[in-house]
Amino acid sequence: MIFCCVVFPLLTLAQEGESVWGDSIVADMREVTVYGRQSEEIVPSQRLAGGRLEALSSYSVADALRYFSGVQIKDYGGVGGLKTIDVRSMGTNHMGVFYDGIQLGNAQNGLVDLGRFSLENVEEIALYNGQKAQIFQSARDFGTSGSVYIKTRRPKFDDNKRFNLRCIVKGGSFGMINPAVVWEQRWSECLSSSLSAEYMGATGRYKFRYRRVLPSGVVAWDTTAVRQNGDIAAVRLEGSVFGRYRRGTWYAKGYYYDSERGIPGAIVNNVWRFAQRQWDRNAFVQGQWIHHVSDRYKFQLSAKYAYDRLRFLNPDTTLMYLDNVFAQHEFYLSTAHHLRIARGWEANMSVDYQYNSLSANLADFKYPKRNSLLVAFASQYEWGRFKALASLLGTNVFDVSLTESASLSRWTPAVYLSYALIRGGDTELALRAFYKKIFRMPTFNDLYYTEVGNAHLDPEDTQQFDLGGILTRDWYRGWLRHIEVKADGYYNMVDNKIVAIPKGSGQYRWMMMNIGKVRIAGVETTAETVVRPHRSLGLTLCANYTYQRAMDMTDPEDNDVYAGTYGGQIAYIPRHSGSVVANLAWRGLSINYSFVYVGERYHTSANIRENYEQPWYTHDLSLSYRHIFAKWRGRVGLPRCVTVALECNNVFDQQYEVVLNYPMPGRNWKGIVKIEL
Amino acid sequence: MMWRLVILVSGILTLASCRGDVMVFPAEEEEKGTVQSGPIVGFYLLNEGNMGSNKCTLDYYDYSTATYTRNIYGNANPDVVKELGDVGNDLQIYGSKMWAVINCSNKIEVMDARSARRIGQVEIPNCRYIAFDGDWAYCTSYAGPVEIDPDYKQRGYVAKIDTATLEVVDRCVVGFQPDGIAVVDGRIYVANSGGYMPGKYENTVSVIDIESFSVVGSIEVAMNLHRILADDRGRLWVMSRGDYYDSMASLYVIDNLNGANPSVCEITDDEGRNVAVSAMCLCGDSIYYVGNQFSYVTYLNDVSYGIIDLDRMMVVNRAFVTDGSEQKITMPYTIAVNPQNAEVLIGDAKNYVNPGRLYCYGSDGKLKWDVRTGDIPAKVCFVR
Repeated sequence: MIFCCVVFPLLTLAQEGESVWGDSIVADMREVTVYGRQSEEIVPSQRLAGGRLEALSSYSVADALRYFSGVQIKDYGGVGGLKTIDVRSMGTNHMGVFYDGIQLGNAQNGLVDLGRFSLENVEEIALYNGQKAQIFQSARDFGTSGSVYIKTRRPKFDDNKRFNLRCIVKGGSFGMINPAVVWEQRWSECLSSSLSAEYMGATGRYKFRYRRVLPSGVVAWDTTAVRQNGDIAAVRLEGSVFGRYRRGTWYAKGYYYDSERGIPGAIVNNVWRFAQRQWDRNAFVQGQWIHHVSDRYKFQLSAKYAYDRLRFLNPDTTLMYLDNVFAQHEFYLSTAHHLRIARGWEANMSVDYQYNSLSANLADFKYPKRNSLLVAFASQYEWGRFKALASLLGTNVFDVSLTESASLSRWTPAVYLSYALIRGGDTELALRAFYKKIFRMPTFNDLYYTEVGNAHLDPEDTQQFDLGGILTRDWYRGWLRHIEVKADGYYNMVDNKIVAIPKGSGQYRWMMMNIGKVRIAGVETTAETVVRPHRSLGLTLCANYTYQRAMDMTDPEDNDVYAGTYGGQIAYIPRHSGSVVANLAWRGLSINYSFVYVGERYHTSANIRENYEQPWYTHDLSLSYRHIFAKWRGRVGLPRCVTVALECNNVFDQQYEVVLNYPMPGRNWKGIVKIEL
Repeated sequence: MMWRLVILVSGILTLASCRGDVMVFPAEEEEKGTVQSGPIVGFYLLNEGNMGSNKCTLDYYDYSTATYTRNIYGNANPDVVKELGDVGNDLQIYGSKMWAVINCSNKIEVMDARSARRIGQVEIPNCRYIAFDGDWAYCTSYAGPVEIDPDYKQRGYVAKIDTATLEVVDRCVVGFQPDGIAVVDGRIYVANSGGYMPGKYENTVSVIDIESFSVVGSIEVAMNLHRILADDRGRLWVMSRGDYYDSMASLYVIDNLNGANPSVCEITDDEGRNVAVSAMCLCGDSIYYVGNQFSYVTYLNDVSYGIIDLDRMMVVNRAFVTDGSEQKITMPYTIAVNPQNAEVLIGDAKNYVNPGRLYCYGSDGKLKWDVRTGDIPAKVCFVR
């Protein structure tokens, strides 16, 4: 495999480190690279794992994803605020989020709130443009324009240990208290389990400040207030069983999340407090089984059932009263069959069936149901330095509601190529390219939402072209140990984009239509290095920069040079964005610095002064110390190791907004104590 | 060395970012049209701004200098936090004061009509439209008392405001989601919409006696009523939005208001079709209107323009724009006619999220000038 070689030096480092660096850096080096790869992927993903994931001061998966290039997080602020991800400006709905290999669905609005997924039980987060460039996967893995894979922690046991117990307590600003317990048990060589429980509670209160000046520079007004109604109380319970045997592996898991939160609204003139509440209950059970029948043939079976309940209450008498309950069911079944046809030539066929339904206590609700049958054919060919992957996904969707029924059948292809220019022992230079055509189905809200939905919507199409390269080099001695540079140029087309357009002059003035058209050209670059200036000192540096020109090509008539929307940068997409992460580890001590920069943006594609939004950039610092108790063996009740950490986020207390009128928190603190038995 | 690199990179990004002070919505002037003199010195345009954007803005056109100025509120009132507010619904000048009904900011902003300087504000939750009589202002609001019997119900009300002290002195509960309001002959007429209850729209005009400030009757008109306009012949013109399915938007005239049985008559055009009206204004013996009728059958907005003759009570002109420039208008949202020179102003809300445009037509129906406005140009008020 082309990319295997790079992992090797990192492993060597880790082995050395065991004795010199202390445990934290070992964990860091062993489990991670940001741009690591798995042998079967022909185009590497961006990934964050292990110690490095832990070192980033993040409250959730969404916070960690900020450090990936090409990613924009839409963040409504605070611990409980909605956080969704948009990759390469194609729109939030095009992203698939996979939890332990199976997609998280939301047929109602297509959004997965990544702010709800705590990092506590997460081992790795990976981001793929297009799709995961491997063939042995379910059909749904081929079905999104981009995907985030969240992999939960697999139990790992040192030599003769039968169980691991971790207790973590986090607390800090926003009145946040976040205790979690993870219990991992080894039942036999082949069977282990993991049980984790977590509570997240916060008042969500934080100070924010608005300040405006007159053109002369004189302060017009300057006000500070406290964000209200951003409280959250959430419980997560998760249990998994992992098994393996000579010819395969399997896992089964149950997940339960229950929360109540306030919805902090838009801060507008004369309105600074809100009363809207939301209750979410998400439960699912899922399992996956991979069996190698022979050297040539293996298969994968996956199944899932999910139930999601959402209650939204607006008790505010100044607005329309709402007390809506939505319930969704999802059944999912998938098989994938992988065949090694010849040396270097593999093929896969996957078939997925999925059922979604949505019910609500709304008047005249249409009770939509969706049956999807997906078939994917994929093949991978490897010839010396050259690798190619092609896949074809067939999507058949049958929608039924009380009043309408619709069906759709489409084939969409993807092609991935990679060529290794240099494939030495410690140097690698590879080029890769991909093309992918895919679409997203209209959500149930797009289709049937009272007075706004449009049952005649077509899917929203995307096409992606990407060309890039990666250079890595490793050294085994000296202070410089690893360098990696990666660059990609891309061009994306979004057609039939589903946008709300005005209708008539009624109270429900919006209507969903397939009229949007966006063209996106961008460049993503990443540079990473590992430095060891001293035996026990390790420094990791990673920087990325993204340029995106995302043009709204919807209305050629609206072409005023200054105020027109035609050719204007689409809403909330910065042209420039980037991040820098630096980690310094010395024995048990680790200092992490991270910087995120998001350039100027506009609220709509009319890029005028009134719609201008300032750049924002935050500096986060964290300091952690991990102490290993050498004599832990055999003494039950004594901690094996204790970690304490202190994080300061937004060190310079920058006042900014990601979404108009949703102020973000200023400087905030978090303390963490973790005890491992 | 690496730390230096970090500092350097951060430094470059910090410098490149140019994060400076944020300005209030900046005033921008454009010369438009020609200088005119007369009793009407200018007009204000209230831009609604999309909900949650807090981009309700005020523009002003000065006839004496022929300049159009966007965003005058911030300059006139630099100390008002978060400026004019969220979703401007109605604008009226009464005496020396200008009243801007800001729906989602739950207030009426009261300004000096000449300078647009703030005098004060009246707190009215979910306020909609305003009318005046004597020393009082009357404003409709969706947010009346809550009843649970057994379902949640919330009627709207009309607030009575002292125009001198800006105090709400009384409230009168009317139908569900009351919109347009007009005063005729000692009585207030309120168009109830029922807009929060699709499928169960209201269809009445509530009648309030000013003396006792209580509801004395209701007139059945059509579903989902919107704006209401009183002419100088003691009649009321009421728009119905319809339901976008079977019932189309239409215009009705109510006559014989003080009689026992007021008569309600639907207006039709010369081909006998209903007249979809989304904004209208009175000028002499005519009502000028613009309409955009959405239909779930065609999934299109049907845009129309016309003039209704007050005496004949029918559409007499369906093409008052004569140079074809109305093709540029996608979502006519407001209309006003300058009584002095019969210039017609039409506000185009476009797609509601981007800046709109104001078109000025001469009395000959030819385009004189057009200008970029704020988001959703919603109401024009002439200043004498």
